[in-house]
Amino acid sequence: MKGLRNYLTRIKPNFMPGGKYSKLQSVFEGFESFLFTPNTTSTTGVSIHDSNDSKRTMTVVIVALIPCLLFGMYNIGYQHYLAIGNADAGFWNLFLYGLAALLPTIVVSYVVGLGIEFIGAQIRHHEIQEGFLVTGLLIPLICPINTPLWMIAVATAFAVIFAKEIFGGTGMNIFNVALITRAFLFFAYPAKMSGDAAFVATEPVFGLGEGTVVDAFSGATPLGQVATATTANPQITNIVGDPISTLDAFIGLIPGSVGETSTLCILIGAFILLFTGTASWKIMLSVFVGGLFMGFIANMFPSATYPASSLSPIDQVCLGGFAFAAVFMATDPVTGARTELGKYIYGFLIGVIAILIRVYNSGYPEGAMLAVLLMNAFAPLIDYFVVQSNIKRRLKRVKTIK
Amino acid sequence: MADIKIKKGINLNLEGAIVDAAIADTRCESYAVVPDDFTGIVPRLDVKEGDKVDAGSVLYHDKACPEVKVASPVAGVVSAVVRGERRKIEAIVIESDGSGRVKRHDVNGDVRGILLESGLWCAMRQRPYDIVPNPAVKPRDIFVTAFDSAPLAPDFSLLLKGKEKYLQKGVDVLRSLTDGDVYLGCSPEWVPDLKGCVINTFAGPHPAGNVGIQIANVKPVNKGEVVLTLDAVTLARIGELFTTGMVPFDTVVAVTGESVKHPHYARCTMGCTVASLLGDGISNPDNCRIVSGNLLTGSRVAADGYLRFPYRQLSVITEVRNSADFLGWASLSPKRFSIYHSFTRWLLGRGKPAEFDAKINGGERAIIMSGEYDRMLPMDILGEFLIKSIIAFDIDKMEQLGIYEVAPEDFALCEFADTSKLPLQKIVREGLDKLYKEMN
Repeated sequence: MKGLRNYLTRIKPNFMPGGKYSKLQSVFEGFESFLFTPNTTSTTGVSIHDSNDSKRTMTVVIVALIPCLLFGMYNIGYQHYLAIGNADAGFWNLFLYGLAALLPTIVVSYVVGLGIEFIGAQIRHHEIQEGFLVTGLLIPLICPINTPLWMIAVATAFAVIFAKEIFGGTGMNIFNVALITRAFLFFAYPAKMSGDAAFVATEPVFGLGEGTVVDAFSGATPLGQVATATTANPQITNIVGDPISTLDAFIGLIPGSVGETSTLCILIGAFILLFTGTASWKIMLSVFVGGLFMGFIANMFPSATYPASSLSPIDQVCLGGFAFAAVFMATDPVTGARTELGKYIYGFLIGVIAILIRVYNSGYPEGAMLAVLLMNAFAPLIDYFVVQSNIKRRLKRVKTIK
Repeated sequence: MADIKIKKGINLNLEGAIVDAAIADTRCESYAVVPDDFTGIVPRLDVKEGDKVDAGSVLYHDKACPEVKVASPVAGVVSAVVRGERRKIEAIVIESDGSGRVKRHDVNGDVRGILLESGLWCAMRQRPYDIVPNPAVKPRDIFVTAFDSAPLAPDFSLLLKGKEKYLQKGVDVLRSLTDGDVYLGCSPEWVPDLKGCVINTFAGPHPAGNVGIQIANVKPVNKGEVVLTLDAVTLARIGELFTTGMVPFDTVVAVTGESVKHPHYARCTMGCTVASLLGDGISNPDNCRIVSGNLLTGSRVAADGYLRFPYRQLSVITEVRNSADFLGWASLSPKRFSIYHSFTRWLLGRGKPAEFDAKINGGERAIIMSGEYDRMLPMDILGEFLIKSIIAFDIDKMEQLGIYEVAPEDFALCEFADTSKLPLQKIVREGLDKLYKEMN
C-alpha cells in the first residue's frame, strides 16, 4: 500500500489550487481520505481520539442494510418467477434475476447523488462527505422495483439538491433525503408508484427470467389489497392468489418495495445498528410501541369503511414499510429528535401516525414514509420543549436558592 | 457526607501506566513559568532578564488586578523572557543558581492577601469562566477535588502521603474565604480524615474526578454565583504555606504513556524541563508526542519544553503510528479503540490496555450523531445544545443552557468520543473568554 500512498502524494499537487486539475480538488481529497485515513493529528484539546468517525458510522449502516438488500434481490426474483409460474427455478436463478433487476437502480442512485455531492463539495470547497453512501443505498431499497431509472435519477437529484445541499450538506438537512426521494416519486408519478404494476418485476432482465405471466397474477401488495378491499376482513393473498400468513410477511416473500418486505432481515439490521451503538434504541423501540399501540386501537374498532383496521397490530408492523421505516428511517440522527426524552416522543408519534395514515386514509395504503417526514418537521419542536424543560429546571434552581 | 455515583463517562485503560510507586529524584537547572497556564491573567512583568529571584519571588502580576501575582518556582536568574506574536509572553525562563533561597511570608494576616502574594492564588480557579479567581468576589463555596480520574493520572493518596496535617490546615484557611462550605470530593478508595469540610465521595468513571462534575452533582453554579475550585495537592500547599511560611514548589510528577520505557513517579520542582523528567527514557523519540498533563486536557510540549501547570503528570504517546493507513474506516483490527462496538476491540474484553496515537482518526463534520456528548457528560447539561449555542455565540442561550457551570476540561471526554471530531474544549474555552469580555 506504500506504493499507492506514494503515488497519491506525487499526483496531489495537480489537484491543489493552482494545479492542472484544481477543479477536482474535493473529489481528489474525497478519494484520498477514502483510501487512507488522513494523518492529521490533534493540535488543540485532546491528544487521543476515538477510532470512530462518520465514515465508519455510515459503513455500519450500510452493513446493516445488506441483509435487506440481499433478501430484496432474492425476493425480486422469487416474485418474478412466481408470476411466470416457475417458482422452483432455483436459488441462483432467482437471486441473479433480482440482482440484475436492482443493480441499475443502485448505480443510477449513486451516480446521480454522488455526482451532485461532488459538485456541491467543490463549489463550497469542502471535503466530500459520506452521508450519501447510506442514502444512495436506501433509495433503491424503498422504491418499487419497476420504477423507471430516469424517475429514480430525477427524484434523487431533486432530493439531494433541495432537501440536502441547499441546507448545507450532510448533517444539515431537515428531512430524510431518501424519503424525500420516495415522496417525490410518490406524488410526481403516482401511477408508477402504486397499484398492481409497480412492485413485481414481470419483464425479463438481460435475458434472465423469460416467460409469460400466469393468468391468476395480481401484483398488488398486501396493504394495497387491504386498502382496496370492500369487506371488513379482507383475505390477503400473494401474487398468484394463495393466502399470505403473518409468518410469510415476517420472512418477507411478499410483494413490496425492495428492502421493506422482510421484517426478519430488517431486525437483523436493527441488531447490527443497536449493538454497534449506531442507531438510537429509544427511537426504534418507541416507533414499534407507537405502531403496536395504534394498531391495537384500530383493531379494537374494526370498520368496513376502513378495512385496514381489521389487521392485527402484529400484521400492521410486519406488513408494508413500517419496520423498515422504524429501523432505518426514523433513527436517522440528523433529521430525528436529538434529545434523549425527545427520542421517545418522536419515535412513538411516528409509530402512531404511520398506522393512523395507513388505516384511516384510504388514499395512502402506506403511512410510514409520510409519518417519518411529518415527524422530521416536528423533531426540532419536540427538542425545543425538552431543552426548555432543562432551562426551566436551571432557572428554578436559582429561585429556590434566593 | 454523601456517596454519589457517576454513571456517564468512561475510564480509558491505556498502555503506559505506572506499576511501581517508587519516586525517583531528578535534577534540573532550567525552569519556566508559562503565562498561558494561568487563564484570565494578562501578565505585566515585575522582573526583567538578568534579575535575581528567590523561589516565591513575584515574576509578574495581572494587568487588571495587580494583587494577583505569579511567583518563581526556584531561586536563580531570569535568563529569558520568551515572546511570541505581538510580543505576547510565552514563557519566563529562570536558571537555577542552586542556592535554594525561598521567600518567607508572614502568615498571620489576611488569608486572601497572603495567598495572592504567595502566588498560590493562581493555582485556584473560579467558576464561572474557569479562570484564576477574581479576588474581589467572595465565593459562594469552595470545591476541592481529591482525586484525578483522567487516563494514567497520578494517585493523589501517593502525592499527599504524610501531608494530612497540611490538608487540614488548608481547609481551615480556606474556610475564611467563604461564607459557604468547603467541599472535598474524594474517590471511594481514598478519603482523607479532615474536619471542617463537607466530604463527598464520587464512584464511577472519568470525569468523576473533575471538580466541575462534582459541583454539578452537589450544588451547581447558578448565574451570578462564583465558586472557587482547586485540587487537593494545591490545598496541601496552601496548608504548608500557612504552617511553615514558605510555599512548597516541589512536586511529584507521574511520567506515563506507552512511549515511556519505564513509567514512574518523579520528584521535581514546578516548571522544570521535560528533558530532566524523561531523560532518554522514551522508546520512539522521533515520532512521539509529549503532553504535560493527561492526554485529554494536557498541553502539548516540545522535547526541550517545560513542565506545565498543574505540574503533576507527563504523558508521552506515539504521534502517528501508521502513516499509510489503508481503508482505515473499514478496519477490523482489534487494536483500534472505540467506545462503540463497531470496531472489533470489544472482543478482547475491557482488561486489555489500549494503544493510541495522536491521529484524529477522521475528518471534521457537522454534528451528525446525537446523544454522544450526553453519555460522556455527567451533568444536567445538554452538551450538544450548549456547544451549538457557543458556536453561534448566542449569549442568552449559553446562559440558559448552563455555560456558567462548565469548564473546557468537562468536555474533554466528549471531544475524545466525538464522531464529528470537533475541537470542543477549544470551542468552550473561546466561548468562555468571549462571554467574559462581554460581561465584564
